[in-house]
Amino acid sequence: MKSTIFQRIGWFLVAILGAAAVGGIALNRGESINAIWFIAAAACVYALAYRFYSAWIAARVLVLDETRATPAERLDNGRDFMPTNKWVVFGHHFAAIAGPGPLIGPTLAAQFGYLPGTLWILVGAVLGGCVQDMTILFFSIRRDGRSLGQMARDELGPIGGAAALVGTLMIMVILIAVLGLVVVNAMKHSPWATSTVAATIPIAVLVGLYMRNIRPGRVLEGSLIGLALLLFAVAGGGWIDHNESLRPLFDHEGLTLAWFVIGYGFLAAILPVWLLLAPRDYLSTFMKLGTIFLLTIAIVLMRPEIKMPALTQFIDGSGPIFGGSVFPFVFITIACGAVSGFHALIASGTTPKLLANERDIRMIGYGGMVLESFVAIMAMIAATVLDPGVFFAINSPAGVVGKEAADAVAKISSWGFPVTVEQMEFLAKEMGEKTLFARTGGAPSLAVGMASIFGSAFGNGLLAMWYHFAIMFEAVFILTALDAGTRVGRFMLQDMLGNFSPKLGETSWYPSVLLTSGMVVAAWGYFLYIGVIDPNGGVNILWPLFGISNQMLAAIALSVATGILVKSGKLKYAWVTGAPLAWLAMVTTSAAWEKVFSSDVRVGFFAAANDMADKLASGALPAAKAKFAPQLIFNQQLDAWLTIFFVVVLWVVIFDMLRVAARYLRGKPVLPLSESPHEPSRLAEDWVRD
Amino acid sequence: MLHKIWRFIRQVSGDDAYERYLAHHAAAHPGEPSLSRPEFFRREQERKWNGVRRCC
Repeated sequence: MKSTIFQRIGWFLVAILGAAAVGGIALNRGESINAIWFIAAAACVYALAYRFYSAWIAARVLVLDETRATPAERLDNGRDFMPTNKWVVFGHHFAAIAGPGPLIGPTLAAQFGYLPGTLWILVGAVLGGCVQDMTILFFSIRRDGRSLGQMARDELGPIGGAAALVGTLMIMVILIAVLGLVVVNAMKHSPWATSTVAATIPIAVLVGLYMRNIRPGRVLEGSLIGLALLLFAVAGGGWIDHNESLRPLFDHEGLTLAWFVIGYGFLAAILPVWLLLAPRDYLSTFMKLGTIFLLTIAIVLMRPEIKMPALTQFIDGSGPIFGGSVFPFVFITIACGAVSGFHALIASGTTPKLLANERDIRMIGYGGMVLESFVAIMAMIAATVLDPGVFFAINSPAGVVGKEAADAVAKISSWGFPVTVEQMEFLAKEMGEKTLFARTGGAPSLAVGMASIFGSAFGNGLLAMWYHFAIMFEAVFILTALDAGTRVGRFMLQDMLGNFSPKLGETSWYPSVLLTSGMVVAAWGYFLYIGVIDPNGGVNILWPLFGISNQMLAAIALSVATGILVKSGKLKYAWVTGAPLAWLAMVTTSAAWEKVFSSDVRVGFFAAANDMADKLASGALPAAKAKFAPQLIFNQQLDAWLTIFFVVVLWVVIFDMLRVAARYLRGKPVLPLSESPHEPSRLAEDWVRD
Repeated sequence: MLHKIWRFIRQVSGDDAYERYLAHHAAAHPGEPSLSRPEFFRREQERKWNGVRRCC
């Protein structure tokens, strides 16, 4: 393929525009900057990386073979293994990898200003996340669609396999806890949000019954009915909010709501999937794709001004939302959207069993992650179009800025981000809420941002509707992640327990289902409970822990990929996965180091535990805080040990990979490559199955 | 064109899964009895959710 002179000029122009946009974003100081520059910078970076870097990886590093039959063709069973149209696979893959993560991470990281997060999203995705997803997808396709854990075991040995399994289970627990916390913070004392989110449960059940009993398998019909009901529930929530007798039913403290979420999680895990989980997933997927599409259109249509400065003073680590300096914490705060280890599970799960031809690995693996990264950029835009004062007022926990509105605005204004009580009251009234203070976690500020973008693009009269639509949209797929995650955690736990007692390993034996579901729910329920009672907001603890664990899984995936590259005799290309691995190992380790050893009580777990123990002993804590203090002290210590565990696992896997690589390079025996033999593809060249 | 888009929507949502299963079944196992629509849908949902399906 020789490129014409026009193509070269075209790509040259893209490069210049991209450089100008990135440069404009990076060097802008003092004045506000238009969001369209973010879109332009992102589009150019993605286009260049996709056109050149991913093509080079496909041709030189992985050497994709169009003539080779994929598992979908060789093992076609009409169900999970099935050659499928590449755009359909792309849709499934994207829907599977893009969850609430890329929306929450950038919103939290906006406390550093828009620049660090935006640069990391762009660079991390094209050099790290996309590469990870693409290589793991490729290696899984060459191995009959095996999972990351199996590949780690086959290629590195039992240590890598066990690490992948334990790592995944731990991430699941922390992820669910922090997502639960985000929903609780959005719902506390908000009858509108609570009743709307509550209504999604019976709606999902109704859709489940429709798809199973009334019109079996009619997915589109059922989903459309469900979506209409969800929109109705948003409007109905407003009515409940204004109804004096119904309102108190949905007006709750955070802790009460946390218990509801925990109870719901347990029920969802033991109910049959068709009743709640599967229909909820259909609804959340449609909702997710539709809203992201709508948000893109709205941002392009109205081109909002970014009001957050490029950098804030909080890069020194004193940030109100979470403690810790910009290096390394921006790199673990934004995991999904830049590099997310969790994707490796999808790229080695359902996706490799559907691909009809190896050449589509580039579009699905690399392209899918490019799109998710773009979602993260839009979340960053939605968070930074807010006045910084408003952004911090919504996201700063009461433990940092004070419980009273007057104290909070005084404190935030003293940072140089002016905001007034009247402004916040007016905004809350517009959004149909009593207060927007201390709604830490990203969902409400994102919803305010989305509501103002939607409002100005599609009419301002319905701000409160847009706000609660955005809350419902996030809650729906956060709850889906919670259901699905609990279920996966249960399977993994049963798998592990099955080694000790075969009966417990039976996935359909009901006592075991109850026991293991209960154990998984108790595990994340514990972290959720602590997160809610923690006056500093819980997000400060849980989100870094989630970031560290997710980056640890990414490092495991990249270790597996690097190990396979070396064993395939491609040492000179091993940097393609080795360099992002080294970077992740560095940021994860230094972040973990600070979380464990820092003497800053808002960063170091042990420091926080000791500080609170001292205060408790000297009687400096008020009675309300002293009651919870022993639990919080225990939790800080537990979190420290958990962090240490993650880092140990991370380095064990890296050394295991280096050991295997060194043995291979010195000509000593290693586990053989587990690649399946070449079989020519019989599918016609432009063949599409439908 | 509209027809193509409609087919794509049906396929990406899984609305036509049963028809595709029947086509596969007829081609790969001719003569054997196939599953009914409700039975197929029930098994598919069980299978789909036995693993990691959704990410963060």
